Amino acid sequence: MAADHHGPAKGIGRWLFTTNHKDIGTMYLWFSFTMFIVGGLFALVIRTELFQPGLQFVKPEFFNQMTTMHGLVMVFGAIMPAWVGLANWMIPLMIGAPDMALPRMNNWSFWILPFAFAMLVATLFSEAGAPNFGWTFYAPLSTAYAPSSVTFFIFGVHLMGMSSIMGAINVIATIINMRAPGMTYMKMPMFVWTWLITAFLLIAVMPVLAGVVTMMLFDIHFGTSFFSAAGGGDPVLFQHVFWFFGHPEVYIMILPAFGVISEVLPTFARKPLFGYTSMVYATASIAFLSFIVWAHHMFTVGMPIAGELFFMYATMLIAVPTGVKVFNWVTTMFRGSLSFETPMLFAIAFIVLFTIGGFSGIMLAMAPLDFQYHDTYFVVAHFHYVLVQGALFSIYCGVYYWLPKWTGHMYDETLSKAHFWLTFIGVNLAFFPMHFVGLAGMPRRIPDYALQFADFNMLSSIGAYVTGFSQLIFLYVVIRCIRGGRPATDRVWEASHGLEWSVPSPAPYHTFAIPPQVR
Amino acid sequence: MLSESRRRGTRVLAGIMLACAVHAQASEPAHSSINLSPGVTTVSQAIYDLHMYTLWVCVAIGVVVFGVMFWSIFAHRKSKGAVASSFHESTSLEIAWTIAPFLILLTFAAPATNTLLSIYDADEAELDVMITGYQWKWKYEYLDQGVAFFSSLSTPRESWDTIGVQQVPPRGENYLLEVDEPLVLPAGKKVRFLVTAADVIHSWWVPQLGVKKDAIPGFINETWTRVERTGTYRGQCAELCGKDHGFMPIVVEVVDEQQFASWLGERRARAEQERVLAAQTLTMDELMQRGEAVYTRSCAACHQPNGEGVPPAFPALKGSAIATGPLEQHLDIVLNGKAGTAMAAFAAQLGHADLAAVITYERNAWGNDTGDMVQPSDVARFEQSE
Repeated sequence: MAADHHGPAKGIGRWLFTTNHKDIGTMYLWFSFTMFIVGGLFALVIRTELFQPGLQFVKPEFFNQMTTMHGLVMVFGAIMPAWVGLANWMIPLMIGAPDMALPRMNNWSFWILPFAFAMLVATLFSEAGAPNFGWTFYAPLSTAYAPSSVTFFIFGVHLMGMSSIMGAINVIATIINMRAPGMTYMKMPMFVWTWLITAFLLIAVMPVLAGVVTMMLFDIHFGTSFFSAAGGGDPVLFQHVFWFFGHPEVYIMILPAFGVISEVLPTFARKPLFGYTSMVYATASIAFLSFIVWAHHMFTVGMPIAGELFFMYATMLIAVPTGVKVFNWVTTMFRGSLSFETPMLFAIAFIVLFTIGGFSGIMLAMAPLDFQYHDTYFVVAHFHYVLVQGALFSIYCGVYYWLPKWTGHMYDETLSKAHFWLTFIGVNLAFFPMHFVGLAGMPRRIPDYALQFADFNMLSSIGAYVTGFSQLIFLYVVIRCIRGGRPATDRVWEASHGLEWSVPSPAPYHTFAIPPQVR
Repeated sequence: MLSESRRRGTRVLAGIMLACAVHAQASEPAHSSINLSPGVTTVSQAIYDLHMYTLWVCVAIGVVVFGVMFWSIFAHRKSKGAVASSFHESTSLEIAWTIAPFLILLTFAAPATNTLLSIYDADEAELDVMITGYQWKWKYEYLDQGVAFFSSLSTPRESWDTIGVQQVPPRGENYLLEVDEPLVLPAGKKVRFLVTAADVIHSWWVPQLGVKKDAIPGFINETWTRVERTGTYRGQCAELCGKDHGFMPIVVEVVDEQQFASWLGERRARAEQERVLAAQTLTMDELMQRGEAVYTRSCAACHQPNGEGVPPAFPALKGSAIATGPLEQHLDIVLNGKAGTAMAAFAAQLGHADLAAVITYERNAWGNDTGDMVQPSDVARFEQSE
């Protein structure tokens, strides 16, 4: 076989110059985990300060840097690269392709990222401090009133955007051109489908993000007034452009999650995915709707009532296709033959907790209710339920599911279950009380709070610590699994389905040099 | 083996949930709350009702969906010998669960639309109040009434800025939710708020009124309230606005009509006093005393009580070239601010007497000992010369 005489290069060169989708996928995943730890440390600084009322550890100006960096690092450094990593590893294996369509560009899209984040994180050590205007960086706080490090932030975002756009082009080119003979679109695995749609979202909105930071750059350094009323501009324009990127962005982080869950559930329910066709259409509908709901993040900026109503109705509509997905998943489980290996635990937890995040999403969609919820901890609870218990849980779900295929060894089932349960308890302890303090009136992004919020904040901080330290178990499980363990069979799971399980475990360096025939 | 460990896990989880619930209840009387407040206006009540309706519908949907799911987990597990069916599609089911949520959503949308329409109807107000957000305080201006003032946090700095402090002073009931000058409103009158900002975006939010509106520099937003019940209602800035975003609360005091009229009269008299003061010549002691108070209120958040600032964003005044150099420059930067930085133009915020006092204070405090005295008339002359 080709794999035998053409293995990976030796030494550091293997990683620097590789064009192999598996190597690049691995690098993306390690990079993502590193950023996850960094972003998690920022979160722990926040939760430590909020453990009790009063300022104990950090000053408000540093606290703001922490909330900003936590958001940016988690969104752009942890969640998104993890999905690109999984896409790199799994899409060629799932569609029977030998590699990604544009391997050299693939290498470049990854290697941009460490530089982008080095630039962003380095601002912490600058005299002016890191960006402190929140991950949504609303002007004019992020322009006329920003620390000088904002320019580094802008170029960092440009680099991340380039990386994402190239990654997305690669995914689309691969899926459209390199499917194995016989694999029609409606036979593609759900993970491939959701990633195809995600990639289109990325191509559509990352340039918009690049546009908005470029407008900031011009306002700051070249005397334009896009976002300054004094020069004929409008600070609200910033929010429109940002959220035109920002709302599809949140679906970029969650659509691949839908894909992973749709792969994992049938395996451990030993029953085909219920309603495959409607799942595809539901995903496409969500992606379409994501473009016309952006201003629901801006209900309080003083839009005309017609705008409020349009964005409210459009946003509420998203509940319909999302509901369809949840119903299909539950029906997939119904009358199956269920077993509860770690990927399945994460998948089940995902469905329950993501749905709770969906419920608070419907509540937030209603403009008059949003006047009370907006910019409170209720919002913080909502987006952590969909991004942590949603996106992050499904990433863990996927990693445990495919880890034996990557390493050739089974991971430690007991330790991984400990990881699951501690994380499950930790995140719920951290984020569920946030609903309560938010409704009771605690604004987000404040370093100190009124005394009636003290108890729940303490609980949240304890939950954050439990969550944070539990991730070290995951690191240990993965390293142990790479080094050894019970050998994995090719199929790994009793009821696994799809092309990725037809290659040996571990997957050889080159797979599908000769395309397989699908049915 | 597997099911045993799962059962144990479930018990532990249930225990934690129960502990949370008990904990929430135990702290309830000490005015902790886990829900929205129904508030004191028709708008806040409508929002609360819709909130509760939506919440319970979501809970009901959750019970059904998770119920089916947990039933499957319980009854259709491989360890109990369940054999998987192979059904995998049903067009009629898909159509049913597309239409049913849509109909439920309609029952949300109708009341939401009604409430929104009433929130947007700011016509026929009996009193207009202009609200301007500043870093990090609020300005309230009673339009056509000749009354305007700033409202800032009155919780003493020592009780919240406690990094490295061993003995923290006791914190009052309204810790971080109290101000020096509350917004006073008449009960039963429709009050229109015109909301804007002087620097960055802020957001004026009082939960019990059901009012939250962004304050956007250069634009004026409109909203309204009508509070029937007299009382004190507290809120906070909701939009991240920089360093002291967490320290610019809002207090609204609703009083009956008579009290409101006499309060307005009092405020007008005080404004008159300020005008008289601005025409006088003050002694060094008067200037320093007044200057320190103004400095604490308006300058100390950035330049710090000890004048050392937080460089580089907020430069030191102690020994600085501006505060010990030519007076003209000092007047210029305080009155007109500095473009591209957080330094605001204080001519729009402070009267001549306050400006004179604070500049005198800055030129003589913390060992700046220039001996310079600035009189209100000096400030007026500088303004005219510009």
